[in-house]
Amino acid sequence: MSPTDSAGQGPALLTASNLQKSFGDHQVLKSIDLQIGKGQVLALIGPSGSGKTTVLRCLNGLEIPDGGSVCFDTGPSVEFTAGTTQKQAQVLRTRSAMVFQNYNLFPHMTVLENVIEGPIQVQRRKRSEAVAEATALLARVGLEQKHDQYPHQLSGGQQQRVGIVRALALKPSLLLFDEPTSALDPELVGDVLKVIKELADEGWTMMLVTHELAFAREVADEVVFMDEGVVIERGHPEVVLRNPQNERTKQFVHRLLNPF
Amino acid sequence: MDIDWQLFSDSLWPIVRGGLLGTIPLALASFTIGLAIALVMALMRLSANRFVSFLARAYISVIRGTPLLVQLFVIFYGLPTLGVTLSPWPSAIIAFSLNVGGYAAEVIRAAILSVPKGQWEAGYTIGMSRLTTLRRLILPQAARVSVPPLSNTFISLVKDTSLASLILVTELFRKAMEITAYSYEFLLIYVEAALVYWVFCLVLSAGQTRLERRLDRYVAH
Repeated sequence: MSPTDSAGQGPALLTASNLQKSFGDHQVLKSIDLQIGKGQVLALIGPSGSGKTTVLRCLNGLEIPDGGSVCFDTGPSVEFTAGTTQKQAQVLRTRSAMVFQNYNLFPHMTVLENVIEGPIQVQRRKRSEAVAEATALLARVGLEQKHDQYPHQLSGGQQQRVGIVRALALKPSLLLFDEPTSALDPELVGDVLKVIKELADEGWTMMLVTHELAFAREVADEVVFMDEGVVIERGHPEVVLRNPQNERTKQFVHRLLNPF
Repeated sequence: MDIDWQLFSDSLWPIVRGGLLGTIPLALASFTIGLAIALVMALMRLSANRFVSFLARAYISVIRGTPLLVQLFVIFYGLPTLGVTLSPWPSAIIAFSLNVGGYAAEVIRAAILSVPKGQWEAGYTIGMSRLTTLRRLILPQAARVSVPPLSNTFISLVKDTSLASLILVTELFRKAMEITAYSYEFLLIYVEAALVYWVFCLVLSAGQTRLERRLDRYVAH
């Protein structure tokens, strides 16, 4: 099957072409092509070191690829070369927002301040408006009681939900999740996945790097399997995760589903 | 040995007054300006531009590698040779500010480096520029880390201002010297001056503790 078979209906929201990235001698990404349609959920899976997190970081301009391009439907689009600067890449952040594995909440700010920081400082929105929206978003993820707490007073699951709300508050077109549950205690994973699932059902466009294959199967419209900096296989989750065609995908999925 | 308690009590107010009108304002002004210099030097030192980083390194090296008293004398007694004549107060403030700038720069640099890289990335990813991230996220967190070492710098500075007496600034120690000039009670008056410095520093230490507690709000215990 061709790579675009399951790339969602309608025009692509984001197209990444020929992304390449090396750290020193190590080529982490070797010509990655990705497309994601509006409202689509794409799960990136693969062994650690396969480059999936780097892909996500390139899409947000946190990592500058050595070559390739990232284009949003109505802009911005960035052609990367060896001379591309952080400044040129940062326009990508006007359309996408990132949720980190380690939350990276601002420890010196309360939950509410964490959420309104972007809207007020960056998007120059009115404080009252930003607070009202943040309040509604926090209530949606079950954190209405936590406004005035500091991050260290929350559980990991609660912190990650704040991380998600902080991203949502920016009203991005695309949400990027970098292993959002990998740092969580097992019993807290469910709360966070539930929130992500709800966002998917609401039609948010999302790309997530994850090791939760069962979850990927449930929420993703497309699964992309990467290994050693290349896309090995992509397609509908039922195919890639249940009945993979490629030998490496088979091994990886088998190992994750049968760890012992 | 008889202690001249009358002289002791008569001298207390002039000495304390010298502290309040000389030592404290001199220390506060120099520390404020010094911190601004230190912040600039710390950022220059962290710059990816090698030349900029080198300039900061050279500055810090000169300041830390030469005695404060010598720096003070170069500015007050030396610069007039070049046609730059400064009165005692400006000379003292310039010398102490430059000195604090050199020492505090390393403290601030270390504090900035102690903030996890993820905080920079989180700032960038919500759309902040480097400068906004620094101002809103990194420096507030670095401030918490740097309060204890900067308090040390400040307390040292308060004591070092006694050197300004040698370039004729009327501060605490200058007052004490003036009293000994007519009373010849060197031990009594200098011990008294030492006690007043000590009380000042006790108050400052208490202030440091309170500031740390206030900044501790968001730190897990």
